[in-house]
Amino acid sequence: MIRITTLFLIALTLHAAPAAGQGFAGLGTEVAGFATPQPAPQFDFPADHGAHPDYRIEWWYLTAVLEDADGTPYGAQWTLFRSALEPSDQQGWSSPQLWMGHAAVTTPSAHYHAERLARGGLGVAGVDAEPFQAYIDEWSMRSARERLPATADSLAALDLSARGDGFSYTLALDANGPLVFHGADGFSVKSAGGQASYYYSQPFYSVSGMLDLPGGEVAVTGQAWLDREYSSQPLSETQLGWDWVSFHLDSGEKLMGFQLRQSDGSVYTSASWITPEGQLTAFEDGQLNMTALETTEVAGRQVPVRWRVELPARGVDVEIAAVNRQSWMPTLFSYWEGPVSISGSHGGRGYLEMTGYGE
Amino acid sequence: MTTTALIALLSHWRRKPGQLATLIIGLGLATALWTSVQAINAEARASYDEASATLGGGSVLVLTARDGRIPLSRWALLRRDGWAASPIIEGEYAIDGARFLLRGVEPLSGLGNGTAIPEDQAIGLAFLTAPGVLLAAPETAELLRAAPESARSSLPPVRVSAAVPRGEIITDIAVAARLLERGDTVDRILVDTRERTGRTPLTELVPALERNTGSANGEVAQLTGSFHLNLTAFGFLSFAVGLFIVYAAIGLAFEQRRATLRTLRALGTPVSSIIAALIIEALALALLAGAIGVILGYVVASALLPGVAATLRGLYGASVAGELAIRPQWWLSGFAIAVLGALAATALSIRRAATLPLLAAAQPRAWAMASARRFVQQAIAALVLLAVAALIPHFFSGIIAGFAMLAALLFGAALILPPALALALRLIQRLARGPIAEWFLADTRQQLPGLSLALMALMLALATNIGVGTMVSSFRLTFEGWLDQRLAAELYVTTRDETQSAQVHEWLEPRTEAVLPIWSAESEIAGRSGEVFGVVDHATYRDNWPLLIATDTAWDEVAAGNGILVNEQAWRSLGLALGDPVRLGTQPSMTLVGVYTDYGNPNAQAIIGLDALLTRYDSEVSRLRYGLRLPPGDTPALAQALRAEFDLPANGVIDQAQVKAFSMSVFERTFAVTAALNVLTLSVAAFAMFASLATLASMRLPQLAPVWALGLSRASLARLELIRAGVLALMTWLIALPTGLLLAWVLLAVVNVEAFGWRLPIHLFPLDWLILAVLAILAAFIAALLPARALIKRPPREFLQIFAQER
Repeated sequence: MIRITTLFLIALTLHAAPAAGQGFAGLGTEVAGFATPQPAPQFDFPADHGAHPDYRIEWWYLTAVLEDADGTPYGAQWTLFRSALEPSDQQGWSSPQLWMGHAAVTTPSAHYHAERLARGGLGVAGVDAEPFQAYIDEWSMRSARERLPATADSLAALDLSARGDGFSYTLALDANGPLVFHGADGFSVKSAGGQASYYYSQPFYSVSGMLDLPGGEVAVTGQAWLDREYSSQPLSETQLGWDWVSFHLDSGEKLMGFQLRQSDGSVYTSASWITPEGQLTAFEDGQLNMTALETTEVAGRQVPVRWRVELPARGVDVEIAAVNRQSWMPTLFSYWEGPVSISGSHGGRGYLEMTGYGE
Repeated sequence: MTTTALIALLSHWRRKPGQLATLIIGLGLATALWTSVQAINAEARASYDEASATLGGGSVLVLTARDGRIPLSRWALLRRDGWAASPIIEGEYAIDGARFLLRGVEPLSGLGNGTAIPEDQAIGLAFLTAPGVLLAAPETAELLRAAPESARSSLPPVRVSAAVPRGEIITDIAVAARLLERGDTVDRILVDTRERTGRTPLTELVPALERNTGSANGEVAQLTGSFHLNLTAFGFLSFAVGLFIVYAAIGLAFEQRRATLRTLRALGTPVSSIIAALIIEALALALLAGAIGVILGYVVASALLPGVAATLRGLYGASVAGELAIRPQWWLSGFAIAVLGALAATALSIRRAATLPLLAAAQPRAWAMASARRFVQQAIAALVLLAVAALIPHFFSGIIAGFAMLAALLFGAALILPPALALALRLIQRLARGPIAEWFLADTRQQLPGLSLALMALMLALATNIGVGTMVSSFRLTFEGWLDQRLAAELYVTTRDETQSAQVHEWLEPRTEAVLPIWSAESEIAGRSGEVFGVVDHATYRDNWPLLIATDTAWDEVAAGNGILVNEQAWRSLGLALGDPVRLGTQPSMTLVGVYTDYGNPNAQAIIGLDALLTRYDSEVSRLRYGLRLPPGDTPALAQALRAEFDLPANGVIDQAQVKAFSMSVFERTFAVTAALNVLTLSVAAFAMFASLATLASMRLPQLAPVWALGLSRASLARLELIRAGVLALMTWLIALPTGLLLAWVLLAVVNVEAFGWRLPIHLFPLDWLILAVLAILAAFIAALLPARALIKRPPREFLQIFAQER
């Protein structure tokens, strides 16, 4: 999804004060020379799990909903963003590829986060397709080949680690379902104007591992969702931010949905309904409804922390609530990202990401 | 009731707005002086803290390679292991014949500003993306822009940054790597050793790299100490001056309203109401004046700070922001001194108000006589303080004792001033002939109590001026002479590695008068960690090296490999004497044959013969540096040839004249701040004097009226007023002179030794004292001028009225 994020970054510094109409983090700006996503993509794995330097932005975005033996909920985030200043790749100092890593652990009472920056071409940060490895500094997400049959997709088993002030974690992820492709076979449209990205996910991980927090080590288990997305200009100039959710429903079904908030007050929505077997149905603009029910002050701004999410076509009418309302990522480009509980027509757990509030 | 009393008290100010203004300005100036010094110190300290926080509290290691080039992969290895590490590429870069130090930094490596990115720059995309940006000081930027187009074409655009030292250029590491053709290597890696858990030890991870522990930070702390000592001393003195002024201002305000208070009491106002009113008034005044002072102090500090920052950076490499942040510690302390001073002064007024004889008329002379008793007590207190000051060095040591001694000395000298003046005036009075002279002296004595606080402030300001001035000038003379001696070689060369070192040595031999190896090894010197240098037997050392004490045959014994010279710091801290054995690490001892001065170095150091060094330390000896002797006119050509012939590191060839000029320019800047503070302190003291005189002038009419009636014209009276101010200033200066010299002595011989381990010789500058005397008298004249003018203009009617009024 749209985890578009952020990073993008770094490009923000280019437009120190993002004029209205440039979208969150300068994501709505026009860029020449980069490849743009085309309909009916043909993915080539494992190569496409790696980096695509011809595209301006790309990410490997993993969120995990976890709990300890007592049932206390936790959330973990591991994200690597790539942002290209130019559509090329080379080794050494002159590489135009910039990398940004975000990691976080959310508990009901605390939110730990860390951020790492690096340039590409130097062996400090990057993504290798085979054997799959995404890394920045000592953080890594790598394919656990030893746990997989030779023919399996390299993302089907991952070892994940990250560390920051006050926290570290090591998690083992094993997928019990296939990759799923959003939009039209992985071509995900982001506005009525046709802006789009390549977008696929692995939403079927079961997770086990350890969180190391100031209070001691915590053994956790749960579910995780990996998003892969790349594009060169995924937002329309009039889109200011987005609200994105991923749900692991108790029924075994998954839901991904987002709404892009536009400067005229309207929204552009998109949703994917995924069966336990991995059948994905895409829902176009207007079919998903997200209604903020309650805001709270986070980092000096009002951010919705309780939502009503409806997808009438699948009988979904749920209320989601933040596990920790202060799940703020005060990073270079700041946003809200944290685990949520789900109740209503369906039960379950999920992740919520919100950008563009009070920027 | 309190309200009524307050209104009555305040009504005084409505009638005398001028007095109110003086009071507030005086209090405000004192607060400003204090605040500005505090603000500068606080800013510097905060900058160090920030630097050490970013860098890890003195925990930054600088990794270097023996051959000077670190493969980029080492840095990647460090980061992949989880170390916060930042690479630096550094080298000399010539543009159109001019040479600059080009430093490439990596802003994304997590060490924040520890990577030497100028603090006034937001490192944005422009910095990271081709073509990049060059950051340079305004002067350097000017030079760069003036270069011909052909020389500039390969360069990124230049952006001015006041935070970059002159002659340096800071840019993204990618740009530096290209311009300096570094390929896949960097020159240094900074590592934050704080977050050590879970990381592979550096000794295993990058065993080939040399770890230079803490040198960057520990030394900065030690070295900048001398500068802050200077400022702290000023802060302390300004505090003292400020306290006196606040005290004087409030005390005078009370005196002026003695009659009002008496009336209030006579009308039945309870003492408690009057006291409450006095306190409220004092607090209100303190807050108002404090606010003015804090703002003024901010302005002064902002004006001075860039100079201070440049000095600290140039002199010690310590980075201090050039812009002043508003920090609670200094503005609060500014308010605190205003409020505390005002309350302390009010306490005395309250005591007087409480014991005010209800029906007694104002009796200036009686009051003066009562002060005579006070003078005796004050003199005793002063003598006790001075005795304490004299005794402290015998019983205590350490920097705190040094400051305690300063405090006792200054307060003692200040307290003894009025009694001493009174005594002197009485003695002169015995010699005086003629009624006018006698009246003049007696009247001066009577005014002393009212003026004493202002005079004490003036005395402190003058003493500070003399003391700090002497210290600075002594420091400058010593430092200059020492630089001349110590930097006797015309050119200094640093090579990259031993192979290059040997080649350079061979190449230089036929081209110079002498090649003096500056080879050294790290070693314990009599148990203290330090550095041992080996020298060849050459006239350069015999003629120039600044020895403090030495045997007659010192250099012969060093050359023979038996004798050792140590620096003053080691000598003092170890309590060595000539002829003592000095142990070097685990090696056999050598005989101490001399001690040399080594300003600016916090560590122990020793010099032995070169052969002895090589025999004893062999492979541990760093053999990279040389001093070259050659005719001074040949240095530029040789320097250029050297650079052309060899790939030397940044700053690989340094011209002695360049070092000296740089050091001295930094010095001048350092003391420009001192001079500015000196002038400010003096002006504040002069203002205090003006305030006191102006106040007294209005109260003194009853004393002047009879003299006027006896035939002295208003103009003669005014002239006498001016002379009185001058005489008092002169006498104050006479007492300030020895106080200031003692102050300088304490700073140079006690505090400096305690703080840095070296003692600076005192040099005297009598001409400066005379200039100061003239300034003091001038300041007094200016302070007395307005009151004297007012006296001349005062209508005779008012003089006459004195006789009509029962006061």
